[in-house]
Amino acid sequence: MKVKGDKLVEVRLKIFEPPRFFEAFLRGRDFREAPDITSRICGICPIAYQMSAIHAMEDALKVKVDGQLRALRRLAYCGEWIESHALHVYMLHAPDFLGYADAIQMAKDQPGLVQRGLQLKKAGNEIIRLLGGREIHPINIRVGGFYKVPSRASLVRLAEPLKWARDAALETVRWTAQLSFPEMEQDYLFVALRHPSEYPFNEGRLVSSKGLDISVHDYDQHFIEEHIAYSNALHSMLDGRDAYFCGPMARYSLNFEKLSPLAQEAALATGLDRVCRNPFKSIVVRSVEILHACDEALRIIDQYEMPERAALEIPLRAGVGYGCTEAPRGILYHRYRIDEQGTILDAKIVPPTSQNQKTIEEDLRQFVPKHLALPQEELRWRCEQVVRNYDPCLSCSTHFLKLEIDRE
Amino acid sequence: MRRTKKPKLAVWKFASCDGCQLTLLDCEDELLTIAGEIEIANFPEASRALVKGPYDLSLVEGSITTPHDAERIHQVRRASKFLVTIGACATAGGIQALRNFKDVKEFISIVYAQPQYIETLNKSTPIADHVRVDFELRGCPISKFQLLDVISAFLSGRKPNTPAYSVCMECKRRGTVCVMVAHGTPCLGPVTHDGCGAICPSYLRGCYGCFGPKETPNTDSLSTWFGHLGTKSQELVRIFRSYNATAEPFRRESEAHEDKNSSR
Repeated sequence: MKVKGDKLVEVRLKIFEPPRFFEAFLRGRDFREAPDITSRICGICPIAYQMSAIHAMEDALKVKVDGQLRALRRLAYCGEWIESHALHVYMLHAPDFLGYADAIQMAKDQPGLVQRGLQLKKAGNEIIRLLGGREIHPINIRVGGFYKVPSRASLVRLAEPLKWARDAALETVRWTAQLSFPEMEQDYLFVALRHPSEYPFNEGRLVSSKGLDISVHDYDQHFIEEHIAYSNALHSMLDGRDAYFCGPMARYSLNFEKLSPLAQEAALATGLDRVCRNPFKSIVVRSVEILHACDEALRIIDQYEMPERAALEIPLRAGVGYGCTEAPRGILYHRYRIDEQGTILDAKIVPPTSQNQKTIEEDLRQFVPKHLALPQEELRWRCEQVVRNYDPCLSCSTHFLKLEIDRE
Repeated sequence: MRRTKKPKLAVWKFASCDGCQLTLLDCEDELLTIAGEIEIANFPEASRALVKGPYDLSLVEGSITTPHDAERIHQVRRASKFLVTIGACATAGGIQALRNFKDVKEFISIVYAQPQYIETLNKSTPIADHVRVDFELRGCPISKFQLLDVISAFLSGRKPNTPAYSVCMECKRRGTVCVMVAHGTPCLGPVTHDGCGAICPSYLRGCYGCFGPKETPNTDSLSTWFGHLGTKSQELVRIFRSYNATAEPFRRESEAHEDKNSSR
């Protein structure tokens, strides 16, 4: 950050994540390998990568997965949202609000609170472990369906812990809503999926708070990635506008009426509006989404009947496929071109964190000038919190925030 | 004997997906117990607290892919009494080591519009290529139980209990029917290091080798068997070239089939 007198003149969020070249080495791989390979982009949201990859491949191959197989995919996503959001709310974000360096410190004073967070996280992981085989980089999700589908009896066993989790999520919404939030609102350009009848996980049209309403197939005509000198993550722009916002607050604000009745009620009861523009309140929105995901998971389990086949037959054909799903942190876009043998010719992947980079900079630009009088260490912590509002996957870069302030 | 001072744990990240260090936070039932025995002194994914080194136990995730990281790993080694690599990236170079078989300049130009901004090495290499490593934990991702075992082994001064036999052993112990014998599904289990608990075959899927080679694997023989099942040599290159592509036995095997392809 560059400061002249008491004015902030420049903010740059530099991300030093070493390049790993996924889009390059996917070329020449088999289309069936994409879900497993791309899950290795992020160990915190592997389900999201697997989902975007399978939807893009099924789009290219003109396969439509429906019924209970589709419901199981949504269930896996519920598990990831619960796990990832609980991790962020309790372990990464709440300590900022309460003045602790981390959840371990927080547990010394409030062990019950941290235990609740851990058990909530575990309830999400239980779903992923059953459906996916393991929590990180699950092995059971494939183009066309699954390798093996669970029996009704094994799925129903998840219901008890999930009912507990739903109560704990409701407590979480109430607890996060009474934290103290810095005054800050921005006129964000929210972008999320929207589905006619569901709160979005796997499918929908891409919509924005300023009227965008497009098919995922048209993503590349509206969103442009830009490579800037100071960061290894590519910046995204929408229709010429620099910064847009994806993730829980965007999903919530664009899809409030699709939340489960319990989640809507809980949000409104705490005084959260149907549209939320204070990024610090993302912790409440995440909690509302945990509640919704528990509710949705219970609904899917209740209606589950074991499908006859674990996966559909996949006829090979050349084509281009597009997939966009809602990762815990926001829209995750995949595009693949494959040949008639199913070999990947090229791949494009746009993760949510890179899309939010510009918005994070904008937030810092608004936040910092009002707090320049803070001591350096205090200011650094507040800035970290501004970054952590976005739950960036690059958790390390954000905890490792080196605040450089050039004062002229 | 009661320790007067808790040993200090540090977690370090290099090129990786964060999944292996997340495994520590996925120990939902054990995390607070661990924190009672060991001081989490440096864990940027989970904490802003930073306690100065030296550290008694360092867990290192990720591979070395940039000039800066090639320097940084030496600092980590100097600050660490006992250094354990966690996962396929740190132990074998990871999926990003697929660049090692190609021209990295071409890779950069495929992904980035402005190649001049990117600073990267030609190869992705495991930690042991750069500094002395006291113990290597395998897997993409590592197993939670093996991680807990390594930490408790460290605390009690014993050797970690991570057998180097194959995934097949675990299938037998679990009573999982062999997917290769019963269904004709190609499975890397016979040459892959155990540790995952043989998850894939229990989901009717062949093992894809994410824990890397077991001790003395007979990859050549397994490739022949895959051939009987209809696997082409081009596919064999891909099968051995994934999350542990540069682990020696897998690298040799994939290159053998690549040669067959090009000589045709």
